[in-house]
Amino acid sequence: MTTRVGVITFPGTLDDRDAATAIALGGGEAVPLWHKDKDLNGVDAIVLPGGFSYGDYLRAGALASVSPIMDAVVDSAKEGMPVLGICNGFQMLCETGLLPGALTRNENLNFICRPELITITNTKTSWTNFFQPNTELLIPIKNGEGCYQISDEGLKNLEAKGLVVARYNNNPNGSKNDIAAICNEAGNVVGIMPHPEHAVDGLVGAGVDGLGFFWSIAGVTV
Amino acid sequence: MPKPEILDPQGRAIQGVFNRDGHELVLGVRQGKRFEISVNGPITDELLDEIEELAANVLSNPIIETYAIYADEGDGE
Repeated sequence: MTTRVGVITFPGTLDDRDAATAIALGGGEAVPLWHKDKDLNGVDAIVLPGGFSYGDYLRAGALASVSPIMDAVVDSAKEGMPVLGICNGFQMLCETGLLPGALTRNENLNFICRPELITITNTKTSWTNFFQPNTELLIPIKNGEGCYQISDEGLKNLEAKGLVVARYNNNPNGSKNDIAAICNEAGNVVGIMPHPEHAVDGLVGAGVDGLGFFWSIAGVTV
Repeated sequence: MPKPEILDPQGRAIQGVFNRDGHELVLGVRQGKRFEISVNGPITDELLDEIEELAANVLSNPIIETYAIYADEGDGE
C-alpha cells in the first residue's frame, strides 16, 4: 500500500508544495493538512515543511508549535509515527520538545541560500534508512536561523546515542558539532535544516540527492 | 534574554559597531526581548502565576533564554 504522508501548511509556510512533489516522486502519496485541523486524516507519516510560519514572530517555529494540529502531531510522534521537520519544521520540532536543542541566528548573521555537502551519520531513522552510512549528499540550505544550539550535556547525549543524523562537511552557520540533522531516540522523528525536498529534480535543483529521504519513508529499497 | 552560554551574534554585531565608533568601554552587548502585557483587573498572585506560565512555556524558550517578570499597577498606559 502507498504510504500516505501528510504535509501541514501553516500561515507563512513556503515549501509545502515542493514537499508534496518530493513525496510523490519518492513513491508516496502526499496528503495536504491545514494547521487548524484537529486530526491527521489517517496519514502514516507527517512532513512539517519549511518557510516562515507566522513570519517567524516571537521565535522561528514558536507560534506554529502551538497551532491546533500540533497536539495530534506530538501525540502521534510519541506513539511512533514518522515525522520529518525540514528547516522551519525542524525549528517547530525543537519548540514542541519532540527534539532537543534550539535553532538560533546564523553565526555570521547572514541568510544563507546555497547547496551544501552533508554526510549522513545515522541510517536507522524512518527518513534515512535508504542510505548507506557516511553517504555524502548535496542538499540546498536556505535559512537565517540554522545555528543548532544545545547544552553541553545534551550534546554529549546526542553523540553518545548516535542521534546526529547528518553533519555539514563545511559548517555554514556555527551549529554545534556541525549538526545539520538530528532524530529522537526512537528514530521516527527527524529534524533537518537543509532541504531534501528541493533536491529531487535535476531540472530545477542541485541534483536529486534528496530523494533518498522520501524513498526511505515510502519503503523503497535498493 | 539569551542565556550567557548561548552565542548572541546580534549583540556581538552591535558591540562591534559601538567599538568601531570609539566607545571602547563597551565590553559586551546582549540583545533580548521585552513583552508588555496588559490585563483586566488587579495584579493578583493567581494572575502572576498565569503570566509566569506564559513566559516559561510560550514567550521564552528555556533551552536558550531566561526571563524575568515585572508587574506595574499603572493607569493602563
